Amino acid sequence: MDLTMLRSQFPALAQSNNGYPLCYLDTAATSQKPQQVIDAMNHYYHFDNANVHRAAHLLSARATTQYEAVRDKLCQFIQARRREEIIFTHGTTEAINIVANGLTSQLKLGDLILIDAAAHHANIVPWQELAKRTGAIIKPIPLTTDCRLDSAAFDTLLLEKPAIVALGHVSNVLGTVNPVSNLVAKAKQVGAITLVDGAQAIAHMSVDVQDIDCDFYVFSGHKMYGPTGIGVLYGRFALLDSLSPLMTGGEMIKTVSFSGTEFNQLPNRLEAGTPPIAEVIGLGAAIDFIDAQPKAQVSAAEQTLLIYLQDSLKALGDVVLYGAHSDNLGAVAFNLAAEHHQDVGILLDQQGIAVRCGHHCAMPLMQSLQLNGCCRASIGIYTNKADIDNFITAMQSVKELLL
Amino acid sequence: MSQQVQPTKQQFLTLALETDVSTTMQLFENAGNWQERYRQIMLLGKTLPKLQDELRNESAQVKGCESNAWLHHCEIEGKHYFVADSDARIVKGLIALLLIACNGKTSAEIALFDPNPYFKQLGLEGQLSPSRTNGLLALAKAIKSESE
Repeated sequence: MDLTMLRSQFPALAQSNNGYPLCYLDTAATSQKPQQVIDAMNHYYHFDNANVHRAAHLLSARATTQYEAVRDKLCQFIQARRREEIIFTHGTTEAINIVANGLTSQLKLGDLILIDAAAHHANIVPWQELAKRTGAIIKPIPLTTDCRLDSAAFDTLLLEKPAIVALGHVSNVLGTVNPVSNLVAKAKQVGAITLVDGAQAIAHMSVDVQDIDCDFYVFSGHKMYGPTGIGVLYGRFALLDSLSPLMTGGEMIKTVSFSGTEFNQLPNRLEAGTPPIAEVIGLGAAIDFIDAQPKAQVSAAEQTLLIYLQDSLKALGDVVLYGAHSDNLGAVAFNLAAEHHQDVGILLDQQGIAVRCGHHCAMPLMQSLQLNGCCRASIGIYTNKADIDNFITAMQSVKELLL
Repeated sequence: MSQQVQPTKQQFLTLALETDVSTTMQLFENAGNWQERYRQIMLLGKTLPKLQDELRNESAQVKGCESNAWLHHCEIEGKHYFVADSDARIVKGLIALLLIACNGKTSAEIALFDPNPYFKQLGLEGQLSPSRTNGLLALAKAIKSESE
């Protein structure tokens, strides 16, 4: 299959900026959307718009059928055991908040929560809040000097019998990949509840939650070619069912009276209020899009491009890369000599290059790398060699201006 | 609470921007491309002195910048003087552009200053958008509110 045709399915990529063609290297922040996702949401609003689960009429039946079909698709997409293990959320952040909040009554004073030191804030702050509520203690799992999770340090920390282990699957800044199956297996041996944040993994690899064997796996639709405002919380049924709901009201109830309320069953119990229906349908279209691609070929092409990107930056000279390994996924973190990442970002923007510059919502990682920030170039299914070449040419101009 | 360190009156008065608004406009109009505009921005930034560490303090920090930016203000005989710095070169240059328009001016003059047409004429209107993290909008607001 000719992968170059894929790009034409993403209408936003066909534009210029300042006379330069748009070079979108910010997929890790949010991916562009293929036409079929836009069409699916458009179609829903044109023809099927109705609230789900609560009306006897035809439109509601159509909306509900489509909405619930996406749950089945997701169940298959990540190999969950049953459809009730899939909860629709507004994104990765909400999904982690649902878990961290829902576990409040299960944690006690002095319990230990281990967090991946490369985690982004969404996988740190909800745990800090949980610790505040319960008196639990948080410890980071440190990184080695080559920016991988320190496996020996992790083993030592496990001797303290953590109650919760929160890991990233792929670092949003560095693109480094954690061996999550292995880490989860070790955490389970000491009885920890495990959560894997898959926000940066889901668009770049096949995810099998039974293989990873984690208790919770979370991700966002908008980073996998789907719409914003929709995310997924996968939870092992028994544990998911033990979470007290973060949000109450709407269809999460079974019966309500002023003497008391009985909550509904999963999945509805954790989906309070009217859900983002169009976004769920858009996410379904994104899964169809991903499923229609030749997975092995796409992965190989993305990996070739990522290595080309790393190598081209190295060849440019005066560029510092952080944790750049050939088995990384999706992203490269770098700085130009000692120049401020924001100066680099502004000058790249002048040339139509979209990258992210800053702390990337991972301040603790920046602290451990002793950086104020860095630039991150990230790729997706539509990125091609010309994007990388344009980016490198633009970096050359930035270098001439700054150095 | 301990008093945060301020630049001396001397430091405020010795900020000598060897240019004015019309010269700067001319300079940017003559710039043939974006590279030349940004080169000029960075050169202007270099005309501002580097703040000593004790003046890079919390109370002077302007929020809303991805880079660190510090702004000190002082009113001397009815005129407003500023001492400012940033750890990013382009932001520092953008601050210099603001100071060219506002430093040593009266409250009334600064109240009349509208950064939107100013940066538009410089060919830099994109830098003033609220979605940017360069903090230019926050800096412009800080200069205006300090001199009210």
